[in-house]
Amino acid sequence: MSFVEYRDTIKDGDTAIVFLGHESMFPVKVQHGGKTQTKYGVIRHSTDLIGKRYGSKVTCSKGGWVFILHPTPELWTMNLPHRTQILYSTDISLITMMLELKPGSIVCESGTGSGSLSHAIIRTVAPTGHLYTVEFHQQRAEKAEEEFQEHKVEHLVTVKNQDVCKNGFGVSNVADAVFLDIPSPWEAIGHAKSALKIEGGRICSFSPCIEQVQRTCLAMEEHGFTEINTLESLLRVYNVRTVSLQIPDLGKAAEDNSGTGFDSSNQSNPESLYGILQQGTAQFKSGVPLKEMVGHTGYLTFATKSLF
Amino acid sequence: MAEESARPGPRIREGDWAVLKRDEVFKAVQVLRRRKVIFEKQWFYLDNAIGHIYGTTFEVSTGGSLQPKKKMEETTTETKEAGTDNRNIVDDGKSQKLTHDDIQALKDKGIKGQEIVQQLIENSTTFRGKTEFAQDKYIKKKKKKYEAVITIVKPSTRILSTMYYAREPGKINHLRYDTLAQMLTLGNIRAGNKMIVMETCAGLVLGAIMERMGGHGSIIQMYPGGGPVRAATSCFGFPESFFRTLYEFPLSKVCSLVSGTFSSETLPSEPDYNVPVEEESNGSLEEKQTLIQETEVESNTEAVMESIETGDQETMDDLAAEDAECKESKERRNKENIREKQRKQQERKRKLVETAALLEEKNADGLIVASKFHPTPLLLSLLEFVAPSRPFVVYCQYKEPLLDCYTKLREKGGVINLKLSETWLRNYQVLPDRSHPKLMMSGGGGYLLSGITVTMEKVQSDANSLEAQKIEEPASKKRKLEELHC
Repeated sequence: MSFVEYRDTIKDGDTAIVFLGHESMFPVKVQHGGKTQTKYGVIRHSTDLIGKRYGSKVTCSKGGWVFILHPTPELWTMNLPHRTQILYSTDISLITMMLELKPGSIVCESGTGSGSLSHAIIRTVAPTGHLYTVEFHQQRAEKAEEEFQEHKVEHLVTVKNQDVCKNGFGVSNVADAVFLDIPSPWEAIGHAKSALKIEGGRICSFSPCIEQVQRTCLAMEEHGFTEINTLESLLRVYNVRTVSLQIPDLGKAAEDNSGTGFDSSNQSNPESLYGILQQGTAQFKSGVPLKEMVGHTGYLTFATKSLF
Repeated sequence: MAEESARPGPRIREGDWAVLKRDEVFKAVQVLRRRKVIFEKQWFYLDNAIGHIYGTTFEVSTGGSLQPKKKMEETTTETKEAGTDNRNIVDDGKSQKLTHDDIQALKDKGIKGQEIVQQLIENSTTFRGKTEFAQDKYIKKKKKKYEAVITIVKPSTRILSTMYYAREPGKINHLRYDTLAQMLTLGNIRAGNKMIVMETCAGLVLGAIMERMGGHGSIIQMYPGGGPVRAATSCFGFPESFFRTLYEFPLSKVCSLVSGTFSSETLPSEPDYNVPVEEESNGSLEEKQTLIQETEVESNTEAVMESIETGDQETMDDLAAEDAECKESKERRNKENIREKQRKQQERKRKLVETAALLEEKNADGLIVASKFHPTPLLLSLLEFVAPSRPFVVYCQYKEPLLDCYTKLREKGGVINLKLSETWLRNYQVLPDRSHPKLMMSGGGGYLLSGITVTMEKVQSDANSLEAQKIEEPASKKRKLEELHC
């Protein structure tokens, strides 16, 4: 497997995703002799995983089955161990497009956090780009480094354990894009500007609070950034359901042959009067929203560094 | 200027595809000399822009030539006189003392925009009474109108998708740019993939995918009718190499391919495989642009090349002459043209067979669908060509067809993690003491159905009801359990 390229079969050392059904999944480190417990039984890596095709169904010891999926940054985001609050694919998608990331892009990011966005960026800039990611928490920086190595993407990323507000990203004038997800992004705008290429680039700051956004926008303006734009994106999911609604009983018209109240075409039943079946249920398919949805993650502020 | 050439950065070259930008309005154009361009009520030529770095801002000066404009330092705002609220401000339409003619006179004199704005402020009786915020807003509004500055930027998915959504949403099935962003990420679009794409969004979705693949990997574009429309794709300005791994395949042959009865003998009716180049824009005022198109038309006696240019009409003279010598050479040319046409037809056939073979490998890394057609038949057929454990994303302007698609996919099996969603997008105004969401927002950006393929195994449990929850173990599992216990 590779986080930046598809492979067909499962190999020793891969990180695979075990899919149990309906949003229930978890990552597994494939190893010779390894065993993984699931509610359907044990999965023996050597016999059940290694050599099998990704996407295969694997039967567990108790008879139940699961699917083994090729990892992608999106699946990783849904399953990674949280060390911090993470960014989800909805925000990640917008960030990727608005920062104009593509193969070959050089990106600076801080803070690394749990590496959710990092994996997505690495996937997008591969094979010729690079991610410089800065994390001020030592253990998190080390864990991120570890994961990048496990996922065989260490050649595409450099992790630095320092405070971006004080010491910047550790590189100058190389980045096409900078991303900030830190408590005080306005303190890092200057460093972001110097990390970006001289001829320009894009910047994004993610902040949960509007006060942070205000300070950051001001700092961007003061540093000469243009096209400053703040927005937010929310995901609405729908469950596909077949719904049956009961038809109410409106009774029947009295047995009166005078014909008053009805037109000449003898419409004497509620069915033709009210346009639906008289009895039973009406069935239809609907996209039903969930009871609760994420109402806020953070504000995304984008801007452009330009020579002019 | 020596100073200019010392600056780093990609330079605007003739033939480039660039984007003109004025505030929030974009227009994609090809940089060609002596070609009049209209953008936001202004006519100009792009000749002077050639050689400058992307990101340079220009002003339109007399004669329609572009002049680079340096970023002016904002005049230091001395503490201006201002009011506290609008209780005494009466809007009688008479507060501006300069008339329409006065302003026109200033413009005719060649007075710069900045100066005109200053004049407007000085001649406004109510300006001093406005609050600081209101004054700010007033100045911004006037600047937007009178200080016309155009920036030339490089095209990108971000810019082109925003442009199309604002200007010609009908051409892209009302696909909002953030929805497109979701598709690219959910579909794990990246360098090295082998993608199948079916879109009728003028080639915008194709272009976005090509940008995210960076020329690595391959794309097979399925198309309805005679040929794919790639008007928007050209706006990206991709290098030639990106197109070497771009294939196309007619939808009309999909059934035969799936059933194994594909034959290259009958091609769909000869398409013009030339990309109709349209200048796309989201500007407020537009003149009708004629298509720049090259068509090879063959007739019995002569070959005529037509090129239609915007503005000036130029037709190459007829090559027909009456004397015998010319007639001979005409016959020769005729034969050459027939040979050329045959050669091209052979080439197209060859490519079609090659593309069919690529599809028949059934190992594509993903499927993206964004079209005006009902998605269900497209999904059910095209998923045949996708490898297991790969994502697919379908866009539809409406929700209901995706409900149907979801249901049919559940019945068919071979897919997991189906999700029907849409994104909600909101812009904000962020100013000190004046931060709030903007007044207007997009009412809808379309819907997405996404999922992951898995190996197709005919197990009854796959064809369960719509609400396929694995709460209890399906029948087949129970049977296996019994087997184990035997």
